[in-house]
Amino acid sequence: MTREDIIKPENLVYKRTPVLTDATMHYCPGCGHGVVHRIIAEVIEEMGIQDNVIGISPVGCSVLAYNYFDVDFVEAAHGRAPACASAIKRLRPETFVFSYQGDGDLASIGCGEVVHACNRGENITMIFINNGIYGMTGGQMAPTTLEGMETVTCPYGRDPKLMGHTMRLTEMLAQLPGTYYVTRQAVYTPAAARKCKKAIRQAFENQKLNKGVSFVEVTSNCNSGWKMTPVQANKWMEENTLKYFPLGDMKVDGKFDPKFIERVATFDQPNETIFSLRKK
Amino acid sequence: MAKQLVLMKGNQAIAEAAIRCGCDGYFGYPITPQSEVLEHLMAERPYLTTGMVVLQAESELASINMVYAGAAAGKRVMTSSSSPGFSLMQEGLSYIAGAELPALCVNVVRGGPGLGTIQPSQSDYFQTTKGGGHGDYRLITLAPASVQEMYDFVELGFDLAFKYRNPVAILSDGVIGQVMEKVMVDDYKPRWTNEYIEQNCPWAATGHRSTGKHRIVTSLELEALKQEAINDRIQAKYRKCEEEDARYEAIQCDDAEYIFVAYGSAARICMKSVELARAEGIKVGLIRPITLWPFPTKAVAEIGGRMKKILSVEMNAGQMIEDVKLAVGCKIPVEHYGRYGGVIPTPVEILDALKKMIK
Repeated sequence: MTREDIIKPENLVYKRTPVLTDATMHYCPGCGHGVVHRIIAEVIEEMGIQDNVIGISPVGCSVLAYNYFDVDFVEAAHGRAPACASAIKRLRPETFVFSYQGDGDLASIGCGEVVHACNRGENITMIFINNGIYGMTGGQMAPTTLEGMETVTCPYGRDPKLMGHTMRLTEMLAQLPGTYYVTRQAVYTPAAARKCKKAIRQAFENQKLNKGVSFVEVTSNCNSGWKMTPVQANKWMEENTLKYFPLGDMKVDGKFDPKFIERVATFDQPNETIFSLRKK
Repeated sequence: MAKQLVLMKGNQAIAEAAIRCGCDGYFGYPITPQSEVLEHLMAERPYLTTGMVVLQAESELASINMVYAGAAAGKRVMTSSSSPGFSLMQEGLSYIAGAELPALCVNVVRGGPGLGTIQPSQSDYFQTTKGGGHGDYRLITLAPASVQEMYDFVELGFDLAFKYRNPVAILSDGVIGQVMEKVMVDDYKPRWTNEYIEQNCPWAATGHRSTGKHRIVTSLELEALKQEAINDRIQAKYRKCEEEDARYEAIQCDDAEYIFVAYGSAARICMKSVELARAEGIKVGLIRPITLWPFPTKAVAEIGGRMKKILSVEMNAGQMIEDVKLAVGCKIPVEHYGRYGGVIPTPVEILDALKKMIK
């Protein structure tokens, strides 16, 4: 059997979506960005909206996201993607608008913009990649860095007394009346990635309803910043990150998920301190 | 309904001009003494008539980034603020210039530094004409001296912004923003259609990838040689702008032995000082720069070069005087007279300053 005998339409089991360009991604092997990019691109392809989308990229690891999507893109200043997305959706309501941000961009410097865009109930899709660290600048502490976790700006572990608590921004946003769909997903296993794709599809479909923000947090690893192999990083994320940032829906169709209400009721209890795998 | 004569504040004139010239969106945050811009727009509700978007943003940071993104999508968008708020917008202005986008930003200046005062000032001349934000960029700066010019410079500002794909500032102050004067307003012009934008703004990220190639709006280029080439392109636009769009008004300069150089409300006051001086037999004229960047260097050099002395009158501690001195190559003595911190000079005290300079 020759190569040509195998390459036939009927043998096709997987093909890359045309919504991704041919550009080689700069992301580290093992990083979640590439998977989330592919999921968004597939959703855009499946919904047939490639000629009707504007994406907003952040400052951070995914600053160059615009090179990888074959859709129109605007690169925002650090933290301001929700303000950009708000303006574009209002000026061009005929388009599907999505912002794509990391945790330094969204939860730290852009905290004000994301809260107010959610509070205004902008009819947009927000994708939030939370890996608990600043990847691009070399592994510094983020608002989402776990207590006790080591980074280059908290080399002895994050001490909440000195450095503040690990921030659950998505839980805050879910409580704003302007958010319509709020969920936390992950892409570290094929099953998780499939669920995540369903959520992102929902978040884009919701723009047709004009009912407010659809917000998808994707809890991810940063094996480079965490100084681990991709396999170790995914294991560490499952054992540590997901305890503080549990996966699942918080708000669907504008209504709180019952499990989310139960969980919020425990927020006044002391945080369960989680220590880095490398802590002695 | 054709042209119409109305009485309004300078700030209202900005808002009214925006609606009538077919502006697509305004994003702003309240700050004295310019809040009437947003108030007038919210009262007029142009989103029900022309379809113009009006949004009170959560901060000046959000406002300027909304303007950045709206411009990126090919729309004619603007914001307004006053000095402390305009300082917050500097990063965004740098991004707009870096991404080569057209946008209009109004600064109704108040006295600084810091929270300063809410009274009028011209102390943001350096910030507006020399940069303010990071990087090698310029703001094309229009300086209105009347409520009519507040109105007229909105459309002119958009025209220049799209001609050069660069942000344009209207540098006003608390006097021009708050004073009421009669204004001739135009009839309503339609906003640009999406089809028009598609044809005329091929750089815009409209979401409609009709050409088959996705459009990216960014100010990022990590490779130094490519970034240098982008800077070359931007600088070439600035040279063209200096050549074609420096504007000024010369008042009674033909027989003058001395001139005032003043802009905005300081120029309005100087017009009275010229009248008072001439009544006493002092031959003085006035050059009023209308664009502060590009500065009308050639006109100031030519007219100023014939004078015995030049007095730069500003509501600041001496900022534009540097451009006046550069224009005349320091061949003619140039002095400065200014009040600042929100104090407005009277025509008589400017006349006294002129007499003191002559002596």
